[in-house]
Amino acid sequence: MTLTMKGICKCFGATVALGGVDLRVRGGEILALVGENGAGKSTLMKVLSGVLEPDAGTMTLDDRPFSPRNPQEARREGIAMVYQELSLAPHLTVAENIVLGMEPVRFGLVQRTTMERAAFEALSQLGHEDIPVGVRVDSLPIAERQLVEIGRALASGCKVLVLDEPTSSLTAGDIDRLFVLLRRLKEQGHAVIYISHFLEEVKRVSDRFVVLRDGMSVGEGTTGSVPMQEMITLMVGREVADLYPRSERIQGDVILDVTGLMGREKPSSASLKLHRGEVLGIAGLMGAGRSELVRAIFGLDPVRRGDIRLGAYSGPASPVRRWKQGMGMVSEDRKNEGLAVSLSVADNITLSRLNVFGPFGMLFPDRQDKAAQIWIEKLQVRSRGPRQPVASLSGGNQQKVAIARLLHHDVDVLLLDEPTRGIDVGSKAEIYRLIDELAANGKAILMVSSYLPELLGVCDRVAVMSRGRLHPARPVKELDEHTMMMEATGAA
Amino acid sequence: MNDRLRKLGPLTGLVFVFALFALLRPEHFPTADNLQLMLLQTAVVGTAALGMTIVIISGGIDLSVGSVVALSTVIIALLLNAGAPPLVAALGGVVIGSLCGLVIGTLITRLKLASFIVTLAMWGALRGVAKGLADEQMIIAPASWLNGLLNALTDDQRWMLLPPGVWLMLILALVVGGFLRYTQIGRHVVAVGSNEQTARLCGVPVGKTKLMVYMLGSSFAALAGVLQFSYLTVGDPTTGAGMELDVIAAVVIGGASFSGGEGKVSGSLVGALIMTVVANGCTKMELPNWVQEIVTGGIIIVAVALDRFRHRKIE
Repeated sequence: MTLTMKGICKCFGATVALGGVDLRVRGGEILALVGENGAGKSTLMKVLSGVLEPDAGTMTLDDRPFSPRNPQEARREGIAMVYQELSLAPHLTVAENIVLGMEPVRFGLVQRTTMERAAFEALSQLGHEDIPVGVRVDSLPIAERQLVEIGRALASGCKVLVLDEPTSSLTAGDIDRLFVLLRRLKEQGHAVIYISHFLEEVKRVSDRFVVLRDGMSVGEGTTGSVPMQEMITLMVGREVADLYPRSERIQGDVILDVTGLMGREKPSSASLKLHRGEVLGIAGLMGAGRSELVRAIFGLDPVRRGDIRLGAYSGPASPVRRWKQGMGMVSEDRKNEGLAVSLSVADNITLSRLNVFGPFGMLFPDRQDKAAQIWIEKLQVRSRGPRQPVASLSGGNQQKVAIARLLHHDVDVLLLDEPTRGIDVGSKAEIYRLIDELAANGKAILMVSSYLPELLGVCDRVAVMSRGRLHPARPVKELDEHTMMMEATGAA
Repeated sequence: MNDRLRKLGPLTGLVFVFALFALLRPEHFPTADNLQLMLLQTAVVGTAALGMTIVIISGGIDLSVGSVVALSTVIIALLLNAGAPPLVAALGGVVIGSLCGLVIGTLITRLKLASFIVTLAMWGALRGVAKGLADEQMIIAPASWLNGLLNALTDDQRWMLLPPGVWLMLILALVVGGFLRYTQIGRHVVAVGSNEQTARLCGVPVGKTKLMVYMLGSSFAALAGVLQFSYLTVGDPTTGAGMELDVIAAVVIGGASFSGGEGKVSGSLVGALIMTVVANGCTKMELPNWVQEIVTGGIIIVAVALDRFRHRKIE
């Protein structure tokens, strides 16, 4: 089994999304497709899965020409996609999802037993006979839902399985299990295309890799023989000399003091002290209660017990009060909570502090744009201008807009929840630089992240959260990924 | 707590309001005649609610129901006056209804318009068509067996147990329930409502499915029109004004979700019954009409709030 894509080109108007990409993957192989956001990975996969028709270039599957006109056709030919946002019908059962669109039917009636057997077979091929096929998908945990989606791909007889950022919402244990599963599929002769921002994962699971940059394939190789630094260089097209810059930071007074904080369910007990001029990291697994901690501090989630002192304030918290007291938050859910994506860059940046743009609640949009323009330039937000809707920006640039809001508000304490999730390496580097600069200028930053290397690179101290309990913070010098993971998983 | 809440569905609500009125008015409310009356009062809205359940499960809405009901009564009266046999007249009404659904479905799938907008437009347009056809007057039609579908049973009809119109609703409810649960097309309706993109990706014919959903929705509305004609015995282009809201309320009380994927035929029927029981019970209590209306409004809020709460618990 071989899939080849040759000289694939795709333009949208004047923008060249793909300028001649070559890619080849064989059965029994895991190919990693890496590149920054906007490099053309998803466009390429859309061409492969029949969503987009290429302007030029050819594809062959098993030496036969392959040019799917729609996703169904690609699926019939054996190309299956597992998307970043899980694409299951939550109200249908596991079995119904697995056979969706190709239900075994007699006289219009769904043959339930045949359907459930097919679903069971697909899941046992994955080594997950334990997932009940008769329950509704929305009652399953997220990792199992992903398995259902992979099961669906197998049941449709897929030869090439494409996974787009499959681990972004999985715990470390689930990631391990997913990798075992992918190797198993590889041994069964499937070809796997693995798209990820996490180069560590690429290193762990893939056999070969292809790097895309600006719509071109700029490099490929055997994963084992190429150091990660080199992959990053290929991705960004320049040396990222120092991904984690670290200026001289002068630790000031305690500005945020949390003692014995207890939320509705999580956190169960959290205490921390955050100083001016400091970046404090919160590590932990998904569901450990890190976001809940930050949300409780910001007044978004209820506090059942404990004290939060922010500078001179200690009363009850609410987002309105927190903004007034000089605290801002960047939500981990950029699309739904962090940004009003249908509004413009300027509207989003200035949303929390509009009163400076005119008297009596009136607003002069040109002043608003001018203020936004300052931040667009300072943070190098790649946009057509302050009036461009945020929805049309790339993830990295959206995140810069989210952070720019805090800067426009001129807060002293920044709560950043997963500030680099799902954004490309170049944007990450810029955000790290920005965080460093802010800390050097005396701001206090509390940063939640699932990505341990970045916590070690960016923070002064890191506290690990495990099952709702926050361990005491320690200087990064005393920490490494292993010890943090031990604490996070409760093994320490 | 969780389990108990989950079971505290619409049926519990129906039992509760029924028991309440039975306690308050023991000699007038829980009588055989009144039970039959309440089923008769439910038949029109209940039948339309079957179609609405399908539409709402698919993630859509149909605001044109009341106008289709009126159009259907007008068509039936016109056909009867033209000398058509009653069965042909009734089928004629349903066929015209399904054509309305075809138009609605085509506009939604081809022009990619929101179902709310399309059916809002049809709500006005079809009412206009009905008025135009009827020359803005009631149409007197010759008497036929159609008029007897929703009459209380006479003594020599006792063997039927329930009036034919009620049987029609109940049998169709079983058919629709089975359709949604056991047929491929029915599961595709749920899949489209649950996650349209996924359904499309998996090769579900989303457009065709939606087209059929709106045809079914309007056909059931037209069938409700047949029952409404039976009750009125005339074709009336102004009947059923605002009925779409009763129908939607029944479906929503029955546990359906406007975001699609969720909804039950049995729930919708129970929802329709709850509204009848409240209206009937209030009448038996000699409460004025405005009290009924306030109580019904309250019940919608309580039902949906409970439903939301249940779902939050499960999540």
